[in-house]
Amino acid sequence: MIVAKRKPFDEIMQLIKGYKKVLVVGCGTCVAVCLAGGEKEVAVLTTELDMGRKLVNNPVQLGSITLERQCDREYLAQLDGMVKDYDALISMACGVGIQFLAERFPDTPVFPAVDTTGLAVNQDVGWYEERCRSCGRCVLGLTGGICPVTMCAKGLYNGPCGGTNKGSCEINADQPCAWFNIYERLKAQGRLDCILEVQPPQEWKDTTPRTLVQPGYTKPEKAKV
Amino acid sequence: MRLNYPHNVKIILVPCTGKVDVIHMLTAIQKGADGVYCVGCLEGTCHYNAGNLRCRERVNHVRSLLQEVGLEPDRVRMYNLSSGEGPTFAAYATEMTEHIQKLGPNPLKKKSVAK
Repeated sequence: MIVAKRKPFDEIMQLIKGYKKVLVVGCGTCVAVCLAGGEKEVAVLTTELDMGRKLVNNPVQLGSITLERQCDREYLAQLDGMVKDYDALISMACGVGIQFLAERFPDTPVFPAVDTTGLAVNQDVGWYEERCRSCGRCVLGLTGGICPVTMCAKGLYNGPCGGTNKGSCEINADQPCAWFNIYERLKAQGRLDCILEVQPPQEWKDTTPRTLVQPGYTKPEKAKV
Repeated sequence: MRLNYPHNVKIILVPCTGKVDVIHMLTAIQKGADGVYCVGCLEGTCHYNAGNLRCRERVNHVRSLLQEVGLEPDRVRMYNLSSGEGPTFAAYATEMTEHIQKLGPNPLKKKSVAK
């Protein structure tokens, strides 16, 4: 799931300083599950902004709405009639949702209220740990299901480096060495041969914005001739 | 036991302080309450194991939110007692009222809404 963190209040206040009518738009999918930008967090931010602006004698008219998803046109369409009533929008979605919102309403300034931090697992309520950097070339089949790009501080496809220290990473004793764990797991599974082959470096093409069309979803009638 | 406590304390009953959410306390302050306090069971004796501990976390969070906004964090507090401690309940109500009176009224009460 995509995980995000609420931006500091002062930063959000600064972003909307000059605007008098602001709509706070939440997203009901990933950021709602990770407790950063769903309906509840929209309510808290709206209340905070209302109080904060009144206290500095610069009251703001606030609206709030939480869409099912901000990364889908069909849900953004709900805002079509509303946005004209506001000077600015605050999006509490991930970076993807914020950009799609800004794209749909190019005449209205859109401000982020969260910092998108990554793709993470839920360890407990409110506790998330990153597991994937969406690098575009998954090697988990060879590394015993442990991602060296995310879990290794250097993101090495071929590790470990010289900094591995009895299971810990050189950056921090509390940070496990991903390659130590990969070795241990593969050894237990009798698959150490998986990491003997040298993996090629990351493709540069995967570091530019990618577009994905799933098999069976191409539209031949729209193909450029 | 007929105990007196300040009449300006409005009690909102919840099944457990674990039910009290950040937005409940924040909205009370936004709407002009001078202070909000949650009275939960003694720590370690929660019938639902950790309801009062959850509430304490949320109270602390609301305090940090108020600080960010520019209000006194101490307008929101957490108290703990057992259900048999009526006099303590009245004492906490008096303590909180005196404390809030020292802080003065909620500054949001005077502020007008946006036009």
